[in-house]
Amino acid sequence: MNSILFQLVISQFKLFFREPGVVFWSFGFPVVMAWILGIAFANKGEILRNVAIVTENPAVVSALPKWLHEKSGTVDNQLSGEAELEWEVGMNAGDQARFRFRAMSEEEAVLALKRGQISLWIEGSPETNLSYRFDPDNADARLTYLLLETAFREKISSEIKAEIRPLTMVGIRYVDFLIPGLMAMSIMNACLWGIGWNLIELRIKKLLRRIVATPLRKSIFLISHGLNRMILSAAEMLLLYIFAYFYFDIRIQGSLLALALVFLSGYCAFAGIAILISSRVQNTQSGYGMINIVTMPMFILSGIFFSYHNFPDWLIPYVEVLPLTMLTNSLRGIITEGIGLAQVIQPSLGLFGIGAVCFALGLKLYLWH
Amino acid sequence: MTIEVRNVCKSFKDVDAVRNVSLRVESGEALALLGPNGAGKTTLVEMIEGVQIPDSGEIKILEKTWAKDEHFLRKEIGLALQETRFQDRLTVEETLGLFAGFYGLNQVRTREVLEIIQLESKRDTWVVQLSGGQRQRLALGIAILPRPQILILDEPTTGLDPNARRDLWKILEDFKSTGTTLILTTHYMEEAEFLCERIVMMDQGEILADGTLAQLLDKFGEGDLIEYVIDGSNPTDETNLLGGVLSCRWDSETGQGNLTVNSISETLPKFLDLIKNSEVSLTSLECRRRTLDDLFLAMSGRHLDE
Repeated sequence: MNSILFQLVISQFKLFFREPGVVFWSFGFPVVMAWILGIAFANKGEILRNVAIVTENPAVVSALPKWLHEKSGTVDNQLSGEAELEWEVGMNAGDQARFRFRAMSEEEAVLALKRGQISLWIEGSPETNLSYRFDPDNADARLTYLLLETAFREKISSEIKAEIRPLTMVGIRYVDFLIPGLMAMSIMNACLWGIGWNLIELRIKKLLRRIVATPLRKSIFLISHGLNRMILSAAEMLLLYIFAYFYFDIRIQGSLLALALVFLSGYCAFAGIAILISSRVQNTQSGYGMINIVTMPMFILSGIFFSYHNFPDWLIPYVEVLPLTMLTNSLRGIITEGIGLAQVIQPSLGLFGIGAVCFALGLKLYLWH
Repeated sequence: MTIEVRNVCKSFKDVDAVRNVSLRVESGEALALLGPNGAGKTTLVEMIEGVQIPDSGEIKILEKTWAKDEHFLRKEIGLALQETRFQDRLTVEETLGLFAGFYGLNQVRTREVLEIIQLESKRDTWVVQLSGGQRQRLALGIAILPRPQILILDEPTTGLDPNARRDLWKILEDFKSTGTTLILTTHYMEEAEFLCERIVMMDQGEILADGTLAQLLDKFGEGDLIEYVIDGSNPTDETNLLGGVLSCRWDSETGQGNLTVNSISETLPKFLDLIKNSEVSLTSLECRRRTLDDLFLAMSGRHLDE
C-alpha cells in the first residue's frame, strides 16, 4: 500500500479509537439494538394486556363486577370483589393471552387510555350489552379485543376450536428479519457519518483546506477515508453477526461471495452519497440537516425494522429503488433465504451505479477550500 | 524574483475584496501585509497560496503559475492559514509526522521541527490539550516542515497573549536567517515592524503604501506628535503661533487635541508655557513619534485594529 495512504488510514484509526463515544455508536449500539429488539419481539411470551372495566355505578367503582369473575372462572376465588384481576387463557403458543382487568370510572379509563396504560375498556354487562371501547385504528387494541372476545366466548362454548400449530422453520423469526436490516443500516451510518460528517468537520475546522495545500493528492486523501471506514464497517458487521450467531442462532443461508459483493456495492453506494452530501456543506447545522434528510426517509421506508409492504401500493416501487432498500433486501435474501450470487448481481450493479454517479457529481461540486 | 502579482482583482458577490493589485516580492525578502479586517490581505495571500483563483490578473511564483505547476508550488510554499484547527486527538508528533508524510519527509525532519518550534516536551500531548500559543507554533511547524522557499503566514499571532506572540516572533526571527521569503499578514503594526523589512499597507482591497518602515514614515508621516487633554477653553487658536507646528487638531467635546510638530524638544516647552499662561488645566500629555497606525489613520481614516 502507498505509504502515505497507509499513514492516513492509521491516523484515522487512531482518531476513531480515541473517541470512546464514536466507538460505542459504531460497534456497541448496533449490537445493543439487535439485542433489545430481538428480545422484545422474538421472546415476547404472552404480553400482559391491560383492560379497564368501567362501572356505571359510582358506589362500586373500586370493585370488579361479578360477571367478570364468573366469565374468568374466579368467582369463588379470594380475589372476588377486588379492584384488579389477572386472567390467563389458552394452552398453545398462538392462542395464549394474559389480561389484567382494573375497575375504573369512565374518566379514569379515558385518562389511562391517553397515557397508554390500557388499550381498551369494557362497559355494561352480558345481561344488558357488553360494549368494547377502543380506537379501531389501533392494531394492538383490536388484537386485545379479539383475544378477549374469543376468551369470553370459549368459556361458555363447547365447540371444537381450530388448532394453531406454531411455525418454527429457520429464518422466519422477527430477529432473522431484523439482523440483515441492522447490518444495512450500519453500513449506511458508517458511510454517511464516518465519511460524510468527518469531511464536513474537516472543512469546518479549515483542516481540509490546509491538507489540500500540501502536495498530497486529493484522490489519496479521499481513498484513505473510504478505506478506513470500509475496514471499520466490515468489523462492525462481523461483530453484529457474531453476536447474532451466538445469541439468536442466526446462520448465513446463502453465498458468502454474494454477501461480500453486496457489502462492497452497498458500501460504494453510501460512500458515494457521503461524498456528494459533504461536497458543499460549510457549517454544523447544514451538515446534520443534510445527513438526516438522506438517512431519515430511508430509515423509515426501507424496511429495516418492519416490512415496507405495509405501505400503500403506489409507494412500494419508489421504496424498492432506495439504496438502503436494495442493500437490506439483498442482505436479507442471502442471510435468511439463502440466495446466491446470480440473484444479487442486479441490485449490486444498481448500488455500484448509485455510488459512481454520486461520487462523480460530488467530486465535481467539491468545495476543497 | 520570487513572487509577481500583476493587476489582480477578486470579488465575492457584491464585495470587491482585491482591486487591481500589483506586487513584486524578491527572494529572501520579508514582507508584511498590514491592514485592518476586511482590507483584502487574506484574499490576496490566498490567491498567492493558490487557495483562491483571481477573477483577473496574473500571479507568478518562482516563475511558475498555479494552473500549470500546482504540484511543484505546493512543495515550495509553506503556509499557516488563519484559524486552522488540527485533529484534537492526534499528538503533536503524530500531527507533524502526518504532514511530513504528505511532503515525503521522514521522522528526522519531524524531530528537527519539534525542536525549532520548542514543543519537544509536548510531543506526546494531544492537540486539544495545547494552549493557543502552542497550537500556533504547531501550525508554524507544519508550515516550515518542507523547508519552503516561500513561507506565508496569515495573521499568525491573532488572539495570542503578548508572551505567546513574542515566542512566535522569536522562532520566526530565527527562521528568517535561512533565506526563506516571508509574507505575513497582520493588523499588529509592532509585528510588521519587528519581523519584516518591507511593509505593504492595504485597505478596501487596494495597496495604500509600500516601503520600509523608515521610507513610509519619511514619505507619509512627517513630524512627531504631542497629544494632550485639557479641561477648559480651546487654546489651539494660539498653537499655530508656537512655531514648528505642522498641523493641529482639537475636539471641543472631549478636550482632546494633538499637534504634529517638527521637533518635540523645540515645541513642547512653548506649548507648556502657553497652557500655563492660559485659563485651562492640562489633564494628560503624551509625546511620541508617529507610528504606522497614525499613517494608516491619515491615509484611510481608520485605525489598523478596527
